Amino acid sequence: MLSKVAERVYWTARYLERIESTARLITIYDKLLFDLPRSVSLSWYNLISINSLQSDFDERFSVRDERNVVKFMLGDSNNPCSVVSSLAAIRENVRTTRDVVLQETWELTNELNLYVQENLQQGINRSKRYEFLDTIIKGCQQIHGLLYGNMPHDAAWWFLRLGRNLERADMTTRNLDAGAAAVLEVIEDDTYVRQIIWGTVLRSLNAEQGYRRTVRGPVSGSMVANYLLLDANLPRSIEHCFISILDSCEKLPQSQPLVEQLKHSYDKLSLHFDGETNGAALRAYLNELQIYLAKVHTDIRELWFPKYS
Amino acid sequence: MSIAWNDYQAGEFYDELISSPGNARKPAQKLLSYLKSLSEQEVDARRLAAEATIREMGVSFTVYTEEGNIDRAWPFDIIPRVIAKNQWQQTDAGLKQRLKALNMFIDDLYHEQKIIKDGIIPEFVLKQSSNYRAECEGISPAFGVWAHICGTDLVRHTDGKFYVLEDNLRVPSGVSYMLENRSIMKRVMPEVFEKVDIAPVGDYPSRLFDTLTALSPRAIEKPVVVVLTPGIYNSAYFEHAFLAQQMGAELVEGSDLVVQDDCVYTKTIAGLERVDVIYRRIDDLFLDPECFHRDSVLGVAGLMRAWRAGNVALANAPGAGVADDKVIYAFVPEVIKYYLDESPLLPNVETYLCYDDKQRQHVLANLDKLVVKPANESGGYGMLIGPHSTKKEREHFAALIQANPRNYIAQPTLALSTAPTLVGRNVAEPRHLDLRPFVLQGKDSYVTTGGLTRVAMKKGSLVVNSSQGGGSKDTWIVDTEGGAN
Repeated sequence: MLSKVAERVYWTARYLERIESTARLITIYDKLLFDLPRSVSLSWYNLISINSLQSDFDERFSVRDERNVVKFMLGDSNNPCSVVSSLAAIRENVRTTRDVVLQETWELTNELNLYVQENLQQGINRSKRYEFLDTIIKGCQQIHGLLYGNMPHDAAWWFLRLGRNLERADMTTRNLDAGAAAVLEVIEDDTYVRQIIWGTVLRSLNAEQGYRRTVRGPVSGSMVANYLLLDANLPRSIEHCFISILDSCEKLPQSQPLVEQLKHSYDKLSLHFDGETNGAALRAYLNELQIYLAKVHTDIRELWFPKYS
Repeated sequence: MSIAWNDYQAGEFYDELISSPGNARKPAQKLLSYLKSLSEQEVDARRLAAEATIREMGVSFTVYTEEGNIDRAWPFDIIPRVIAKNQWQQTDAGLKQRLKALNMFIDDLYHEQKIIKDGIIPEFVLKQSSNYRAECEGISPAFGVWAHICGTDLVRHTDGKFYVLEDNLRVPSGVSYMLENRSIMKRVMPEVFEKVDIAPVGDYPSRLFDTLTALSPRAIEKPVVVVLTPGIYNSAYFEHAFLAQQMGAELVEGSDLVVQDDCVYTKTIAGLERVDVIYRRIDDLFLDPECFHRDSVLGVAGLMRAWRAGNVALANAPGAGVADDKVIYAFVPEVIKYYLDESPLLPNVETYLCYDDKQRQHVLANLDKLVVKPANESGGYGMLIGPHSTKKEREHFAALIQANPRNYIAQPTLALSTAPTLVGRNVAEPRHLDLRPFVLQGKDSYVTTGGLTRVAMKKGSLVVNSSQGGGSKDTWIVDTEGGAN
């Protein structure tokens, strides 16, 4: 498989995952903010901070309100992480790798792209936003479903899986961090508000149902962190993503030294989380995890992708 | 009300579907009765369905404009063009004969040049051909074939016969649109496929793949075949990606390839992998900066060395375009007689060679009636269409011809055939069209079933190129004799 094609396939998966999680996050926020007491200063701007887009956003907008945040996250082509930018990137990547992904991927990408182009205003206005976001999420799941059900497990497949899991792991750390940060801001000892916040984190990662069935206890910060970091059965947990990343790497050529090095550094890193870690210590740990994930990306790029001079 | 077929008038031109107002030619009879059965709403629904399908399938072509490159949806007309199977069989034989002779001719030009020594073609015609590549002299590609993929432009005259208008032997495009037109048609008018015995077109990619793998210099079970594209900014990028996908070949750009020790390799995730056959969609002059344009970033340094050493096959071979020259075109009937000792099965369009004093005088005196073409352009650029030209344009062309007579030919303005084409809601009018079948030659030869029909969408226009506002139609080869129908 061409190095260039591997890179494009990998990014296709990352962008696809990014669109789904962005759409999900906005859907959840739409509901969450109705539930919180006015004393809690959780704002739409959190969506910007979660994605580390503060400077990009502040360059474009002075008011950090719902409308601007949603506009920026859905339809702003200057925001590299917006839904329209990610879709444009997917379309370009699929267009140039049509020889290795399934033929229908191209058609589904076009359909999703056309839908978003034609209905963007619906997503920005509040009244039909749910329907718009829901269609996007389903569109992403349709593409995943197509690939999972039909794609041969060749190199292109392992790069898709690699990209998807790396993006997921990154998103999980960001969501957890957003929850930890919000909880630190809650001044009174208000269990109700904390539960709402941690419940939102779970829902954003589509993990609420799994949490209830697995943990069988109330929603609390340390339990949520444990579940999202360590549960090997949850598709968006760090543990699960890490296992998938390792497994995908192992299927690809020349990967032995990389796999060993990834395992080693992950084991070392895991020692910094003891199951009780919370508050500022949890945030510090999540930060280390993000640095680690960034390094995994760099290592993958250096091993398999083209060298640009 | 459905389309008013009784009002459809093709006038003096040969119409592909309609023989007289309200009546279809034999192979189109079932199609016409189907179309007549559709209401206005049904016709419109199918037209809209085709448009939506094209957008969803992402069938597009790129147009170069001053503001940059624009990706446009492929223009498609839902009324197909129909050709009788028995007529197509003769055309098929004529195309194979023509390409066989052309390949023998190209091979001769790069070796002994017998045809020049025997005085059939003047030497200066070859010497001044901008597509003759001295770098290719003495090379012997597999099977003696240089042009493996040829897109021949055919036109149908008022006499109902097909004439060859052009041989495209360099990097002809359009075959993906032929295949996509059929997929679109099946989606929007599935009913009609049950009623009419339409020959399938879908085996082209596998025939192309077989043609290419047979060229592999290494006798291995699975030769590595790649499609070399100039990249996403090329107008035919859609086709390059489509064919790579359909063949299961790798789509590569120059930067994905490297030449070491006169062998070509792709840069893969597992290191370098040897390439056996390159279906190149880059013009000769951009193929190899060591050999041709030194500043080309599209090609691969050393590619020509590897090809000359016989370590990689290139399709089409560099230099094959020499037979694309429109002056050479005028000699093709003689070329067929010379190499095959056969009469041409498909006639040429009458052609005046401007380098010849007598013929040039005739051309200059009749510019308002003729079509003047430069010898080595493609895409319908740089032409003068006499009857549609202004006095100023004719004066400009007269000067061009006198300055460089070898570079121009002229042909009578053809009465291109027409076919009913939707031009508005429920309105069908005659529009001129041509046909580009694709011919493969390697170990065996093959002709597509029909080809790509291109339509000039403007009333009275003869320009069918999609870059200049042309559209397209599905092309049906219909068996009117045998079978259950």
